[in-house]
Amino acid sequence: MAVKTKKAVPIGRQAATKKSNTIKLKFDTSWTYAPAPESKSAATINKQYDLFINGEWQKPLSKKYFDTINPANEEKLSEVADANAADVDKAVKAARNAYEKTWKKMPAKERAKYIFRIARIMQEKARELAIIESLDGGKPIKESRDFDVPTAANHFFYYAGWADKLEYAFPNRTTEPLGVAAQIIPWNFPLLMAAWKIAPAIATGNTVVLKSAETTPLTALKLAEIIQEADLPPGVVNIITGAGATGAAMVNHPDVNKIAFTGSTDVGKIIQRSIAGTDKKATLELGGKAANIIFEDAAIDQAVEGVINGIFFNQGHVCCAGSRLYVQESVAKEVIRKLKDRLESLIVGDPMDKNTDIGAINSKSQLDIINKYIGIGKKEGAEMYQSSCRLPGKGFFCRPTLFTNVAQSNRIAQEEIFGPVLAILTFRTEDEVIEKANNSPYGLSAGVWTDKGSKIFNMTKRMKAGVVWANTFNKFDPTSPFGGYKESGFGREGGLHGLLPYLNLKS
Amino acid sequence: MPVRREDGNFSYRLISFSAKKIEMEKTIKKSSLKVSENGLEKKTSSKRLEVLKTYKIYIGGQFPRTESGRYYQPENAAGKKLANVCLSSRKDFRDAVLKARAAVGDWSSRAAFNRSQILYRMAEMLEGRKAQFIEELILQDGTKAKAEKEVNLAIDRLIYYAGWCDKFQQLFSAVNPVATSHFNFSVPEPTGVVSIIAPQVDSLLGLVSVIAPVIAGGNTCIVLASETKPLCGVTFAEVLNSSDLPGGVVNILTGKPAELTSWFVDHMDVNATIYCEKDSETKKIIREKSATNLKRITFYDKINWTTEEGQSPYFIMDTQEIKTTWHPVENIASAGGGY
Repeated sequence: MAVKTKKAVPIGRQAATKKSNTIKLKFDTSWTYAPAPESKSAATINKQYDLFINGEWQKPLSKKYFDTINPANEEKLSEVADANAADVDKAVKAARNAYEKTWKKMPAKERAKYIFRIARIMQEKARELAIIESLDGGKPIKESRDFDVPTAANHFFYYAGWADKLEYAFPNRTTEPLGVAAQIIPWNFPLLMAAWKIAPAIATGNTVVLKSAETTPLTALKLAEIIQEADLPPGVVNIITGAGATGAAMVNHPDVNKIAFTGSTDVGKIIQRSIAGTDKKATLELGGKAANIIFEDAAIDQAVEGVINGIFFNQGHVCCAGSRLYVQESVAKEVIRKLKDRLESLIVGDPMDKNTDIGAINSKSQLDIINKYIGIGKKEGAEMYQSSCRLPGKGFFCRPTLFTNVAQSNRIAQEEIFGPVLAILTFRTEDEVIEKANNSPYGLSAGVWTDKGSKIFNMTKRMKAGVVWANTFNKFDPTSPFGGYKESGFGREGGLHGLLPYLNLKS
Repeated sequence: MPVRREDGNFSYRLISFSAKKIEMEKTIKKSSLKVSENGLEKKTSSKRLEVLKTYKIYIGGQFPRTESGRYYQPENAAGKKLANVCLSSRKDFRDAVLKARAAVGDWSSRAAFNRSQILYRMAEMLEGRKAQFIEELILQDGTKAKAEKEVNLAIDRLIYYAGWCDKFQQLFSAVNPVATSHFNFSVPEPTGVVSIIAPQVDSLLGLVSVIAPVIAGGNTCIVLASETKPLCGVTFAEVLNSSDLPGGVVNILTGKPAELTSWFVDHMDVNATIYCEKDSETKKIIREKSATNLKRITFYDKINWTTEEGQSPYFIMDTQEIKTTWHPVENIASAGGGY
């Protein structure tokens, strides 16, 4: 017997024919997730950390320490040493000594095995590292557990293998290390950035002095423990803590051959100026204001998911965050409605909860910057929409935010906010969006969403950016070079191309 | 007529711009000419009067004089004046940047094969004018043997880079085996507009050796030719102009590095700067000023352009950016497909 059925209407078309912009999924129901907190007991954090110089923990000559807090509840986690210029000098001397006496001379395959060993111990301690990363930096445990820590370990694995294969990397050239590298990393991916810096540097035969960021020193110090456990020769990796003055002492130290810096464009420029007149090489990974572009022929639901990941991954504390969304006019209404719906379903709160999508803003000062920009956006006439989620009473939190009716000239579309704030603009033609997307002093990353292959290749070719994600966003891999065009800096980290910044080529 | 000077004040142009006022070695060689005080030359024998060349700068495929109206008179070791050479200004440089920027879209998106053809054509045209370059190099203190060698090397160098135009990408690209289900590749792309302070010695070979890799890679450039030996730079512009090279891809200025270097590295619409001298104070200024928009800086201060080390695809890579592209790969195999 034939059953009479209603003709099914595809879901996508249903949505597209809706005229209004008001359809909302209901989230204010009894649907809640039970808390699923990760245990803090699986991690050990000392009360106080000294400086890791020449393979041992040394008291700072400055005699000073500063607190590092959990940004999710503002409680003190530990205190770390504040290295001054004398401490930096001590670390550079240790690195120089290790370079000349040990590391430079060691057979490359032995160098490799040390680095493999570090990677392995990181994997063994992955859970502990993830917990500390979330406690110290505020990022959701699911991100530190599934992204930061495993990718950091993989980075060491990847570059370990390169150590004895460098003659294959540069045709018709032999390579030699630079010497001592001073490396300064940011607070958004504390452990991962340490891995990005240390792994290629020591694989290519250099020794390093690394300074972790002021607000997130703990996982780098944990990495120092791992390095100690791996029996790496003393002085090959020195890890110190401090603020801007410590970084300046590193940059200006006369016996440093290489500066590797990840951070803001302003500081990058200061570094470039201060090493003028020296032979120091530099790699600068600086700011960004990535354009994420949705064409009308894109798979809209996937694109929306990609945009959410692009801007809200790690609370938007990502230099390559897709902070400018360009939507083709014909699908703008639909995309904005879906984005608002998705915004509502993001879980904001305790970083240690395994369900949390958006954790704590890294610091009070960063929260102030984000709030300042939200104010600017409103003042400039853009329309703000925020998730209606409840924020925890303590700690630094920010609602996921988007702005519509944004003009190209608005500051929220030009300047890096480094927080969960998305500026949405529209366009009609391919040429128009290319011009708008490239109209930025930055050029770190870009995203394109379309189902048309030839359009993807046209767009990815014409975007002035070092990394272009097509139908995906915020993907990273040790084998994949990362770095910017224009004022987003120079040099590449990751992959084969990440070796060159740490080598001299000889013919 | 008041003229705006480099320091912003006004001065009066005291010397009129005329190449004919210069006694050139060539013209007085036979001593059949007399130069009168007012600059008009009188024919004193039946010998034909030689036509002197005006050396102008090359911007956007055209040969203007410097907008500043200034000139200088470089001399060779024997004290002979080489010519009245344009003393280019900051404004000339800015004009050239506009042209270079306008040309970069077309040039960088041409087929690599087409760029290769044009570089080869440049070599052909240089070969055809060998005699003129040799003459100029001799006038600029070269011996005949050295001059010939330099011109030959310059031609060969263009051919060398003509060959690289469509090959270096394959050498320096990578398909990256990422752990997730994505296709991921990295390719070199031209950085954009490059300003170049060319080598002072090897005024032809050095110039060709720094321009060729920059344009082979799809960039456009503004080049300051050798201050003391500028003749070949200008004549090379004439070669470029008849080589199918689009206007604006190479712009050649003459003048003083001491005046112009800071503008070459200060301009916000220049992506990279190449400096070929050893002067440490200038190098310091270049790196300092490059911070304004984080230009890519390259110093070629230890390169001997007459040897093999003066050519390699790594020079092309000095003005390239690496771009990495990701795209998902539908992962059917993991669902049990494949065979």
